[in-house]
Amino acid sequence: MDTEFIVEYIPHYVEAAKLTFRIGLIGIVLSLIVGLVIAFIQYFKIPVLKQIASAYIELSRNTPLLVQLFFLYFGLPKAGICISSEGCAIIGLCFLGGSYMAEAFRSGIESVEKGQEESALALGFKKRQVVGYIILPQALSVSIPALCANMIFLIKETSVFSVVALADLMYVAKDLIGLYYKTDEALLMLVVSYLIILLPISIVAAVLERRLRYAGFGN
Amino acid sequence: MAEQPILLEAKNIIKDYGSGPVLNEVSLQIHKGEVIVLIGPSGCGKSTFLRCMNGLESIQSGQILLDGEVITEGKTDWPKVRQKIGMVFQNYELFPHMSVIDNIVLGPVKVQGRDKKEVIKEAEKLLERVGLLEKKDAFPRQLSGGQKQRVAIVRALILKPEILLFDEVTAALDPEMVREVLDVILELASEEYTMLIVTHEMQFARAVADKIVFIDGGKIVESGEPEKFFTQPETDRARRFLNTFIYAK
Repeated sequence: MDTEFIVEYIPHYVEAAKLTFRIGLIGIVLSLIVGLVIAFIQYFKIPVLKQIASAYIELSRNTPLLVQLFFLYFGLPKAGICISSEGCAIIGLCFLGGSYMAEAFRSGIESVEKGQEESALALGFKKRQVVGYIILPQALSVSIPALCANMIFLIKETSVFSVVALADLMYVAKDLIGLYYKTDEALLMLVVSYLIILLPISIVAAVLERRLRYAGFGN
Repeated sequence: MAEQPILLEAKNIIKDYGSGPVLNEVSLQIHKGEVIVLIGPSGCGKSTFLRCMNGLESIQSGQILLDGEVITEGKTDWPKVRQKIGMVFQNYELFPHMSVIDNIVLGPVKVQGRDKKEVIKEAEKLLERVGLLEKKDAFPRQLSGGQKQRVAIVRALILKPEILLFDEVTAALDPEMVREVLDVILELASEEYTMLIVTHEMQFARAVADKIVFIDGGKIVESGEPEKFFTQPETDRARRFLNTFIYAK
């Protein structure tokens, strides 16, 4: 193990980790927004949009991110639409994550009993107040474990971004292996980098989950 | 006593889920201050009737009038109507993520735009009346069924509805908790609250009702004063129904 090499290239990994984290974060936030919108389109059964939403979910969940990225990065320019590497990465992550988040929100919303909505309506709440005050808070507590799992999944998926020439962690590792044949060192640093980003998220998720279980509503 | 004005009226209501009518031309007038108890076998349509009255179920034909105005035609402002027609459910349906006091206060504050401090004071007064003031900061999961149902009644009362609908409010309760909930309703009746009650508690129905309405097969079969209905029912169907509550060796 060449420690000097490791020390020398730590800054490269730090830069790449920042990029991975930044793209991951933007992608996650956007997927959460897309997921919530899709979940409510399905909940309110909005005609036309509802069909589009289910088509999107199937397309997004049943194609690999790698293929989605190829389409964005190599396919779209043929149609005259050019998007930067970073743009492709963010759009790809959001396209993939949106459907997973939508399903997580949906399962939470569906877990809220029908009677809750009816009793709120009977008290004179408007439909959107029922959603905001009654359904969403209960749905979120059920959805959070799945949402956290999706976040971790999405950050791990960023490892394919190197195919669209984005200098993320995987890209740096591959680069170093190619240049210096320091396979062990490069991979060790890669694993450590992902752990540094993901372990804190896992721990926060576990704590949240336990809290929510103890606060378990139950009727 | 002079005849009170009609508060809520159903005219020839037909409700059909698609496989034959659940309610078939049901008409009923509820006068101000009147307590009407709907009884009948399971699946006869009495709960459905209740749910039609505040628009939780749509109707296929007929009219519902509140204070003489038709509320089932054109664009009804249901949130506004429902503030005047309160409802209490079989399964309490308290909001599990909120404390007792928040459950009660949310409606008046968010729906009616009332001052929160004032509403809290009023809520505490009502909670004291039903003997639950010390539970105001508890969560629904920490309450017994009977306590939950009393909170649900307070939650409906605080909106100051003109009429209260009770949908089998004791059906999910252990026997010894039934009494504490029914006592609250009896007290409301003594204050001339207008109520439409669906129940299987015959003794209670007899004690609280001004009028009994017996429904079977989606139709009103018989209606009248409780004493007469329970001692000398006019129809054979009502007699058979009442006999199912009598146990003899």
